[in-house]
Amino acid sequence: MREFGYKRATDVPEAVALLATDPEARFLGGGTNLVDLMKTGVESPALLVDVRGLPLDRIEVADDGALKIGATVTNSDLAADPEVRRRYPALTEAVLAGASGQLRNMATVGGNLLQRTRCGYFGDTAQPCNKRVPGSGCPALAGEHHNHAILDWSEHCVATHPSDMGVALAAFDAVVSIHTADGPAELPLSEFYLPVGDTPHRENALPPGALITGVTLPAAPVAARSRYRKVRERASFAFANGSIAAALDVEDGTVRDVRLAFGAVASRPWRARKAERALTGGPATAEAFAAAADAELAAAEPLAHNGYKVPLIRNLVVAMLTELTQEAAR
Amino acid sequence: MDPTKSSAISLRVNGERHSLTVDNRTTLLDALREHLDLTGTKKGCDQGQCGACTVLLDGRRANSCLQLAVATEGREVTTVEGIADGERLHPVQQAFLDFDGYQCGYCTSGQICSAVAVIEEHAAGWPSAATADVRPEAGPSPLDDDEIRERMSGNLCRCGAYVSIVRAVAEAAAVREAADSAAGGSRGERVTA
Amino acid sequence: MTAPTAPSVSAPSTAVAAAGTTTASPAPTRTSGAVGTPHTRLEGRLKVTGAARYAGEVPFAELAHGWLVTSTVARGRIRSIEAEPVLAMPGVLTVLHHENAPRLTPGVGMMGPDATLQVLQDDRVPHVGWPVALVVAETLEQAREAAEALVVAYDAEPHDAVFHAGHPGMYTPEPSRYVLPDSDKGDVEAELGASAVVVDEEYTTPQEYHSAMEPHAAVARWENGRLEAIDSNQGSHAVAQDLAKLFSLDAASVRVRSEHVGGAFGSKGTIRPHLLLAVMATTVLDRPVRVVLTRRQMFSLVGSRPATAQRVRLGADSDGRLRALDHEARTFSSTVHEYVEQSTRHSRIMYAADALRTRTKVVRLDVPTPAFMRAPGWAPGSFAVESAMDELAEKAGMDPIALRSRNEPEAGPVSGLPFSSRNLIACFDEGARRFGWTDRDPRPRARRDGRWLLGTGMAAAAHSAGTAPSTASITAGADGAFTVRIAAADIGTGARTALTQIAADALGAPPERVRVKIADSDFGPAFLAGGSMGTASWAWAITEAAAALGEKLALVDQIPAEGITARADTSELVSGRQPRESNAFGAQFAEVSVDVASGEVRVRRMLGIFAVGRVVNPLTARSQLVGGMTMGLSMALHEEGIRDTASGGLANADLAGYHVAANADVPVIEAGWVDDPDTYNPSGIKGLGEIGIVGVAAAIANAVWHATGVRHRDLPIRLDRVLTAGTAIENGGAVTH
Repeated sequence: MREFGYKRATDVPEAVALLATDPEARFLGGGTNLVDLMKTGVESPALLVDVRGLPLDRIEVADDGALKIGATVTNSDLAADPEVRRRYPALTEAVLAGASGQLRNMATVGGNLLQRTRCGYFGDTAQPCNKRVPGSGCPALAGEHHNHAILDWSEHCVATHPSDMGVALAAFDAVVSIHTADGPAELPLSEFYLPVGDTPHRENALPPGALITGVTLPAAPVAARSRYRKVRERASFAFANGSIAAALDVEDGTVRDVRLAFGAVASRPWRARKAERALTGGPATAEAFAAAADAELAAAEPLAHNGYKVPLIRNLVVAMLTELTQEAAR
Repeated sequence: MDPTKSSAISLRVNGERHSLTVDNRTTLLDALREHLDLTGTKKGCDQGQCGACTVLLDGRRANSCLQLAVATEGREVTTVEGIADGERLHPVQQAFLDFDGYQCGYCTSGQICSAVAVIEEHAAGWPSAATADVRPEAGPSPLDDDEIRERMSGNLCRCGAYVSIVRAVAEAAAVREAADSAAGGSRGERVTA
Repeated sequence: MTAPTAPSVSAPSTAVAAAGTTTASPAPTRTSGAVGTPHTRLEGRLKVTGAARYAGEVPFAELAHGWLVTSTVARGRIRSIEAEPVLAMPGVLTVLHHENAPRLTPGVGMMGPDATLQVLQDDRVPHVGWPVALVVAETLEQAREAAEALVVAYDAEPHDAVFHAGHPGMYTPEPSRYVLPDSDKGDVEAELGASAVVVDEEYTTPQEYHSAMEPHAAVARWENGRLEAIDSNQGSHAVAQDLAKLFSLDAASVRVRSEHVGGAFGSKGTIRPHLLLAVMATTVLDRPVRVVLTRRQMFSLVGSRPATAQRVRLGADSDGRLRALDHEARTFSSTVHEYVEQSTRHSRIMYAADALRTRTKVVRLDVPTPAFMRAPGWAPGSFAVESAMDELAEKAGMDPIALRSRNEPEAGPVSGLPFSSRNLIACFDEGARRFGWTDRDPRPRARRDGRWLLGTGMAAAAHSAGTAPSTASITAGADGAFTVRIAAADIGTGARTALTQIAADALGAPPERVRVKIADSDFGPAFLAGGSMGTASWAWAITEAAAALGEKLALVDQIPAEGITARADTSELVSGRQPRESNAFGAQFAEVSVDVASGEVRVRRMLGIFAVGRVVNPLTARSQLVGGMTMGLSMALHEEGIRDTASGGLANADLAGYHVAANADVPVIEAGWVDDPDTYNPSGIKGLGEIGIVGVAAAIANAVWHATGVRHRDLPIRLDRVLTAGTAIENGGAVTH
């Protein structure tokens, strides 16, 4: 780790201005990912602008019923918030499924969105990696990839996005608030992450120097009946092999509204819109759930060792939607 | 040291104020161990993957290996050395000793700091991934063994003392609950403040 | 000379007892009964308050920090090391590499000449993660940055780092003290041909890592012409001996201490590179130097349990009597040193079969040298054989316990030696009773709880119970207290406490008046904390020293100010014994739940019942057994080192990639023991640090079969394997996608 300068910002414009003073500057939030990456040499900023003390630590209900979550709200506070638990229980469950209690106390909402992949080749600076060193190659394609992407990857990168929180946010149409030198702006989460293509090092649509200031969840009655389930190689404290956020509104056996998003299958939290379209207005049966999952997963292109994710996600969709249907009937 | 790459900071640790100049790269963990000779906080992985470095930051548990010392100024740090009440062990420490909730002892400091926080987090009504229904109307779930296991999962123990750790945490939580009911109230504010 | 046959360890010394009967004697009034009584750890308060200092935590003025640079290629030679720019970096004191590092004596090793120890001696690179340089600087941060900045160029050569059973380089290793010869008894092929029921399957176990929580650490310095090291190891005396040999020093001029050790599991049993490099650096710089391995470096520098591929063939009559047991175990070692995982050990002592054949084959790869890891050989071997026995029970329509009980041997099946004791059947009986085994429906897929299929399984366990020569001294002080000195190690086993209890009983003193000092090479030779031999070996030495002290005390009226000291060395006693087949035994039971839709496997409960001789401290003994079982669960479901074919390095060299069981994975685990009197070692102790892990993976795999109807013969039982295998009955076999 090379030496770096450290500055604390006290308000958002100052933070953005401080970052602009050095092309190799980075914002420091909870540090749970950035400090680790600095130790392994993946990141080597010249200046850290500490934004943890910014007044972005509130969760508030807007006049239109939307939930506005500040960027420096910790994962723990987000998960414990009564409004989140009441209106978006899958978000609480997703956050609680991630990392550990101590990491969740440190990690922030803004930082969570910017998490880097846990692909082992990305984290090992002795290895080639197109995401870390553009053009150097992707050893995961022919190497170790049993927990890599099955959807929308490219021959340049097959890494997954590691966030659990992001999966629930994707299901609930989150909008990311940012602040640039030009002032505040908004980016829907669906446009926040960029396709892998031939630029896996460009992960998001944040303008240079922009600071994430918060996330807004539009009011969504369906979200009150939502769950998150994560399958992983330990019962806790492990990244997902596959996960699903689901919300379901069923009336008289018919799907009125549904939200579905998958984790650990692509370079971004995967909103399953094809499956949602297949389900909406149709019967809430296991057959329909399976058909919807198949519709979404038809585009899956598994590699040699991650094909299990296709039946895994399919089975999770069926199990979760069946469970939500049964809960609705009670 | 290059003044632009180092910082004169004041750290409050276990109620005591320490003034020191640190390389900006120095983690809180290394500041404790190398600068303040507080070696009770352990370095198991230095990557946030084992929990041995767990301390309390403003009363909340945190991995000190991922916390930069320079970013800790103004916050209250509690390490395993500051958990006991003088010579009197904290109920969590006493329970770890009595139930043999450790073997080699290297993860123990982190386990104990984590356990102290787990009991407070639960008392404050925080749900966990083991909570069947996280909605507030479902009410708090009891701190049963599955809840303890999940909440303590950020602290790896290679000796395999988990079974005894769960017993120790349950015992310490019961001691706290008994003390609370004797005092006639809950003191869950600490963690939510 | 025959072994002492005293039936009780609590009265080993008539001398002490006699002394104790005289009230005027300086020896204390005889008390006994410390052994067998639960006792919390003597260092417990230090550990729960953070006051216990481990090797890397002892402060020294002028301490310098060393940081290793390791190779990034799997095979080749170092072309150049650009040290000059790094030496100019802030705080950098030196860069040691093969061209300037102090020379080491070749041919040294605890278990024969071990070239793994020859670090920074030449330009050869035998695997990814081999030490190529040590950067020493004033601060940790400076040392790390400088190590990262050091440019090392290699002439890489093609490498061969991936193990598979059909590797053409397989060979039969030469028998030695550490390599058992292949065994042949009877005609395996003929007996298999005559068998009514036959099992012929291959089982695999992956590379596994000790992953002790405390990274290997050492601080070394020269003081008054003596080399002093504080190191994290399992045996300070042996480490000091090797250190002296490697650096061509007089053995008396080297002192190694290791007061508290943060877990080891075999990885700290021999001298490791961090200590060698700390000694090199302190020698060059003439100031204290500390070297601590990073977690990633631990995955290439402190050994591992090598992967195995094992073919097991069993043949039995229709009533379950074994006619043939054929066990062929394939494994790997490095190109640097031959370590052979002895996976056939379990087969050699467990079952009476008319024909018994064991084979071990090894291939040398461009990978780090493997090492002993908790129950070496026994753990992977028992997975294969105890899984195969379950398959045989299924085929024969027998209860798995009944099948095993039917094949109890009268004597060592290979050695022919009498067992010093063998109470395996008692373990089965007690285990079956406590676990509720007798109510078990043997049919697979018979029980369900929501999305979870439930199953139970069991396996037998064994581990050798050895004793090695050790020395100990005891000083009776004028104040009536006793000080025991022995170069034992407490790596979390509770040795410090157990030895205090043993010494108290041997001395006839209350434990409060006995102080046991350990982990200092100056205390003289003692066996390491390993092989489940530590406590048994040390106890014998302490008991003998107590007897000798009793004799001395009987001759004096008053203890002088400097105290009276007696020493003992058990070398002759140990080597003078008649050979015996001496082992600990056990029965492992597990209940699992399996969700075949997600592939998740959860262990719901486990029970282990063991015959482990005399239990010194029931509190810490239970912890050790449960700890071993926990590691067995971790082995069954989680642990797997994944080698990257292209680079030859490990693809998951951290604790987020290499999963060890977390708290949430571990259910209620109970451990107990049966009476197991055995005085082959007069202390009656067999050792129990390792047997806890043996058989667990098989018990869990057998339970997964019982739940799903699918045999999982490859560890770990990963969710993708369970998911794609599904259930035998629903899917009619494996589903492929």
